[in-house]
Amino acid sequence: MASVPAQIELPRRSSLVRRQALLRRALWTLVGLAIAFTLVWVLFAAPTTGSAATSFGSAWHDPRDFFITVLNSLTAAGLYFVVASGFTLIFGLMRVVNMAHGAFFLLGGYIALKIQRAEVGQGGAFGLDSSQVNMAHWVIPTLAATAIIAGAGLLMQQLFLRWNQGQELRQALITIAISVILADQMLAHFGGIAEDVAWPGKIDTFVNIGHVPYSGARLFILGIAVGVGILLWFWLKRTRAGMVIRAGVDDRAMVSALGINIQLTFAIAFLVGSALAGLGGVIGGSFASLAPGVDANWLLNSLVVVIIGGMGSLGGAAVGALLLGFVSDFSAAYLPSSYTYYSIIFTFALVAVVLAIRPLGFFGREA
Amino acid sequence: MTRLRTPTLDGGIGGVVVLFAVIAPFIVPGFWTANLLTQTLILGIVAASLIFLSAYGGMVSLAQVSVYGIAGFVLGNLTTNGNTKGLNLGWNPWVGVVVAVGMATVIAILFGALASRSSGIYFLMITLTFAVITNYFFGQVTDLSGFGGISGIPAPKAIGSVDAHPWRLYYVCLGTALVLYALLRYVVRTPFGISLQGVRDDPVRMSSLGYNVRLHRTIAFGFAGFVAALGGILFAWWNQHIDPASIQLSAVIDVLVIAVIGGLYRVEAAWLGAFVWVVLNNYVQRIGFWSLSTRFETVIGLVFLVIVLLSPRGLIGIWERAVAFADPRRDRSTPSAQSPLEAGTVEPSV
Repeated sequence: MASVPAQIELPRRSSLVRRQALLRRALWTLVGLAIAFTLVWVLFAAPTTGSAATSFGSAWHDPRDFFITVLNSLTAAGLYFVVASGFTLIFGLMRVVNMAHGAFFLLGGYIALKIQRAEVGQGGAFGLDSSQVNMAHWVIPTLAATAIIAGAGLLMQQLFLRWNQGQELRQALITIAISVILADQMLAHFGGIAEDVAWPGKIDTFVNIGHVPYSGARLFILGIAVGVGILLWFWLKRTRAGMVIRAGVDDRAMVSALGINIQLTFAIAFLVGSALAGLGGVIGGSFASLAPGVDANWLLNSLVVVIIGGMGSLGGAAVGALLLGFVSDFSAAYLPSSYTYYSIIFTFALVAVVLAIRPLGFFGREA
Repeated sequence: MTRLRTPTLDGGIGGVVVLFAVIAPFIVPGFWTANLLTQTLILGIVAASLIFLSAYGGMVSLAQVSVYGIAGFVLGNLTTNGNTKGLNLGWNPWVGVVVAVGMATVIAILFGALASRSSGIYFLMITLTFAVITNYFFGQVTDLSGFGGISGIPAPKAIGSVDAHPWRLYYVCLGTALVLYALLRYVVRTPFGISLQGVRDDPVRMSSLGYNVRLHRTIAFGFAGFVAALGGILFAWWNQHIDPASIQLSAVIDVLVIAVIGGLYRVEAAWLGAFVWVVLNNYVQRIGFWSLSTRFETVIGLVFLVIVLLSPRGLIGIWERAVAFADPRRDRSTPSAQSPLEAGTVEPSV
């Protein structure tokens, strides 16, 4: 008797499998068409007149602005990478989703701002001008803010997260609670007006790339991002501490059983991960501005980057940051001018497509 | 298989609470009916949709507020007229309700389908991403809303002006909340509800038994979206205005806080949590506390932190412990719905 339903089941299952394969092929075709259309649009088709006029027109029509958009995407991706790599480092090793990452970012920016103002003075109505700020006035606040945020992250991990190890959801909610408190306290202490950290005069200039003048500050950000990437790569792949972390990502219990102090490793990862949020906050605060709501924005950026790239993977963070940078900058620049504000849809589409074809992200692995 | 009967003492208290809610407009000040209690009911509906997903589907969703906002924004676009922003279609409110709830439910199904391969913290992260993107969408797209939002959303004639007759909307909210509560309780007893709990407990085993795990999660998410969408409609009528700030990250977290404070494993807890939140929100403006300027969000953050750290079953968990103490004969060993905060590691599944 038991075999009868199985015989009835078989043809139904196979048709289901066939339907799923068909669905997947349709999905891939759709994605391929969308990418092809985007390429044709950006490179050749985007008009400068009519109802679908874009700000620059196609790359063929205006190669200079295309080049600048590419550079903008790259430099934005650099900052996304710095912030998200800290998020993914913590997640990869400890499976902690640090929802306070955005709040740490904003707090790092504010701390640097306060230190810089204490060094240089309050400046005018729009804050400090870059001509008043020398290199030390930027580097010292940056290092101090990074160190303070690293300490804050470590403190949070030791006080609240350490004894809830393994309870992932609870840890995520704890970090949410911390982020709520931090956001409210920042609003109380720093106010709701957008402020920014001043770049040093030497960085806040234009550099000629070929014949195109381009923001030195953005190139500086890209340089920091590449530097951070290389250092992280070297640390994780070439040092003993990094080896332990990678082993911990793969099998925490085994590493612990081999006599390695896994708690120390966790503490180091949290320290470095939070430091990257703080560093990102100073850069973000110099590049854009600091205001309530910026924390949510950067939490979103970090989440999108790691969801696309795969959680816990450094290479994934780089790929995710690049994709997010290109999609957000290109959609803002190459949508018809009267629809530019729909660019957020493309970020959603990016997440949706990646989730549909690779649920764990490009470099994600099963836990 | 599952034990769905609530303790009799609970039932009695529940009856008293409902009775009190029915006569409340006659015995409490008008401000309480028009503001605190109505808001409690509305926020409770949204939080109930989150608790349903978390307790019976193992999905802690942060997108409920977005679905609620989508319903509110669609309603605002369809039924208002003469705003500077929005579509200003000026439809009949009832038609608007049907379309708005329908659209919000469809979008919830889309969100659910995209997130349905994951669970646990992955689900939390993905739904949070949807929530923040939805917020930015309405903030940026001035055709539909823009920063200022949509004002003057009219309630249907039968309810009339909310300012003139606040108790009418209050009773509509109360009725909706009761019906939705009964519906949620009913759904978890249906074959679908039972297999959803199976999916929550062991997706791999359910999948090998031939159940479509993703479909179960998607349908559950769509259903919870429907519940949240009704909450969004009531919010739009009550507030007469909706803007992106209504669904920003802090609002998302507020509903999560309400659900956690109440208790993430029993649907009733939603309204308990909402009541505590609303009262705190209205009466804690600023308390001096060391050198910290302790404002409402800080207080609510601290309460949230304490609950998560010390009582993962929320206030209703404390209540249950008290009931068990008063009535020790009752066997409370195997509740059918669990708080995901107690379950320990929630394994991601694909």
